Amino acid sequence: MKEVSYTVLENLPLAPRTFRMKLSGDTSAIRGSGEFVQIAVPGKFLRRPISVHDCDFETFTIVYKVVGEGTAALSAMLPGSQVGALTGLGNNFDIDACRARALLLGGGVGAAPLYLLTKELCAQGKEVTVVLGFNKAEEVMLREDFESLGAKVFIATLDGSAGTRGFVTDVLKLKNLCWDYFYACGPKPMLKAVCGAVKGPGELSMEERMGCGAGFCYGCSIMTVSGPRRVCADGPVFKREEIVW
Amino acid sequence: MVRDLSTSLCGISLKNPVVPASGTFGFGLELAGCFDLNCLGGISLKGTTLEPRFGNPTPRIAECEAGMLNAVGLQNPGVEALVREKVPALRRVFDGCIIANISGFAVEEYAACCRIADDCADIDIIELNISCPNVHGGGMAFGTDPEAAAEVTAAVRAVTSKPLFVKLSPNVSDIVAIARACEDAGADGLTLVNTFLGMRIDVRTRRPVLANGTGGLSGPAIFPVALRMVHQVSKACRIPVMGCGGVARAQDVIEMMMAGASAVQVGAENIRNPYACRQIVSGLPGLMEELGIERLSDIIGCV
Repeated sequence: MKEVSYTVLENLPLAPRTFRMKLSGDTSAIRGSGEFVQIAVPGKFLRRPISVHDCDFETFTIVYKVVGEGTAALSAMLPGSQVGALTGLGNNFDIDACRARALLLGGGVGAAPLYLLTKELCAQGKEVTVVLGFNKAEEVMLREDFESLGAKVFIATLDGSAGTRGFVTDVLKLKNLCWDYFYACGPKPMLKAVCGAVKGPGELSMEERMGCGAGFCYGCSIMTVSGPRRVCADGPVFKREEIVW
Repeated sequence: MVRDLSTSLCGISLKNPVVPASGTFGFGLELAGCFDLNCLGGISLKGTTLEPRFGNPTPRIAECEAGMLNAVGLQNPGVEALVREKVPALRRVFDGCIIANISGFAVEEYAACCRIADDCADIDIIELNISCPNVHGGGMAFGTDPEAAAEVTAAVRAVTSKPLFVKLSPNVSDIVAIARACEDAGADGLTLVNTFLGMRIDVRTRRPVLANGTGGLSGPAIFPVALRMVHQVSKACRIPVMGCGGVARAQDVIEMMMAGASAVQVGAENIRNPYACRQIVSGLPGLMEELGIERLSDIIGCV
């Protein structure tokens, strides 16, 4: 964990109520995909945990949805402003668990951390299929970003206004996709449905309301087959078989 | 001039008065990679019960102006794991005062738990938590009635020779009556205060934000109330007080000590800033110089 002050480089809307913020500063504590940062928001007591969307040696990017006052304040920040963040929090997706073909499933803003994961998997020469689910066509985002990394992308929308009508799991029913390992990130009902529908080994990025984000307040605990685990410090990524639904 | 930050609690000397409060610093080791824990006067460990507990369902955390609410509900691995694993592991890296915070749901349970903690040589102080607002049929139920507080204090007093602090709830109409009852029942010191019972509502879902419905309010919002209670109780009792509630900076530590606290616990501030305690400790010498304080212990109860 490292506390760093960042400069906002850009903070632009990506979809309705969804923004992409690029920050410059010390990224040395950020190890890879799956982990998150705790961002200090002006006027708010607690920091906001947000997954790392992309990262290089001097900058990192987050994609976040405005869900309350804190993320609304974040979306109002202008380029040049300073943001404090705790970095290097949480664990990472296990990219070595996939042998050759990865299936990535993202629900809404849960697509965000899958971008850096796709980068890492592609760099290892693995074949990546990404299935993203949204409510409607205007919410669809990041499609081209994933494609430019070399991933095959499928879209599902609940109202059928883009791609397959239904959930990400409906795409799996209709398309003949191959994978040896899956990775999923999204709202809890989606992750549960994914575990019910997707065969084979895989892992999930879980979400809970957090306090400290660093493993000592026990605010975000979930029950797993091996006992209570903190989503912030033991996760957010858990093997599918660990989760008790 | 070298400023003297040391203080003492029932004959145990602390290198400085800053102690992370129970529930806001895990079992200490979680933060060992964050900074050198030996800058702290002591650490009050996460509330522990006789049996392991998962605690409440999530969400367990909510936010408000100048503070937060928690309803963790005493998640802990049980007192056996505390004395066998958590405390020995912390002692290997920490030379300060280790405070075991003990909670329960029945008098016999508190006593059984404290008996086990009493056998652990590395525990310096037992802090009896009769003030957790997030568990049903226990915790705070003992801290809101003088007779119940005295009964559990006496039962625990009978099974431990360690210094015994009782952590009080602010959710009472007369905190002095509870404090005196604990003192008379054999407490060696008092920690005050625990969190204030509160709630938040999600206006879109029309449901409480916390799965538990209510939770304990902490953070700078409660500092003036906590300070007033520390002042009242330390004037009314002869035993030492650890002040707790909304402490966020060095000046708050000075205020708490002037109000009568011999040591000061830092709670919610750790949750938003894991480095808070280290920063507060490092801010003390400069502030003492500015205020003409040579020895911090000189100001205890000066107001």
